[in-house]
Amino acid sequence: MSSISSSATPRPAIQPVAIPWRQLQPWLLFGAVLAIGLLYFVGTEQGVFHLIGGSSVHEFVHDGRHLLGFPCH
Amino acid sequence: MLSPRSLLIRGMLVGLAAGVLAFVFAYLVGESPIDAAIAFEEAHADPAAAGEPALVSRTVQSTVGLLTATLIYGVALGGIFSMAFAAAYGRLGQLGPRATAALVALAGFVVVALVPFLKYPANPPATGSEDTIGRRTSLYFLMLVIALASLALAIYIGRSQVARFGLWNAAIIAAGAFVAVIVVAHVLLPSIEEIPEGFSPIVLWNFRLASLGTQVVVWTALGLGLGAVVERSLRREAVLTASA
Ligand SMILES: [Zn+2]
Repeated sequence: MSSISSSATPRPAIQPVAIPWRQLQPWLLFGAVLAIGLLYFVGTEQGVFHLIGGSSVHEFVHDGRHLLGFPCH
Repeated sequence: MLSPRSLLIRGMLVGLAAGVLAFVFAYLVGESPIDAAIAFEEAHADPAAAGEPALVSRTVQSTVGLLTATLIYGVALGGIFSMAFAAAYGRLGQLGPRATAALVALAGFVVVALVPFLKYPANPPATGSEDTIGRRTSLYFLMLVIALASLALAIYIGRSQVARFGLWNAAIIAAGAFVAVIVVAHVLLPSIEEIPEGFSPIVLWNFRLASLGTQVVVWTALGLGLGAVVERSLRREAVLTASA
């Protein structure tokens, strides 16, 4: 799908250049792990799993948990 | 060229802004059905448990608590969204940063928010049993994983058919495959019907609408925000290279 266009005439629009997969891969993985970690605390910590004791995290983000669509009580 | 690192940072900052907007919407529209649901819960509560003091007050839950949740949610989605954008940019023909971001955000909304919601919609407090939280959580995330896998399948099918049918028709075939898999999954997966007897259907409807609206706000802000930010920085870069 990549096209190497002859730039004889200057284009006003910016030619979109894809980021190579090899360069992107570690960042994709890092972004995914980071997102899953953060979403876990908002969405399910102290629901099915407990990394921290008690229910303070659950209670604190409780309204968000329900409104953002995560299963709760 | 765009660097994945700067895109990730920008995505998370745009996500922070999206989280603020989501909080404003959720606070204004979502808190009244939550209060109504909690009033129902207290009216039907086991009298033995009624005396328990609340760990976090309702005021904190509906303000700082809700804001914290939407901010973390926005940053998390913004980060992963910017990486999806990084993968799509330059691989969708001539689509520029704003159009690419809008398209990826639309796909993200459908796959991450809408498809799971249509099978397992958001529920206000007091409508789910404590005993079934494990099952409900597993089914919800299973639906989410199926939606993401269907998207991957649709992208694969679309790419393999472009040469034969052209971009437009290949996109229709890919979307059709996505819808077909999702419909089958929605039919096969068990439904969850735990809304207690006597719970106001109007409160339920308003709550679910508020929940879906919050998702629309988040994804719209992400798509338009990241598109604008990337467009601006690419233009600046182009000016710098031209004048150098
Ligand atoms: Zn709850």
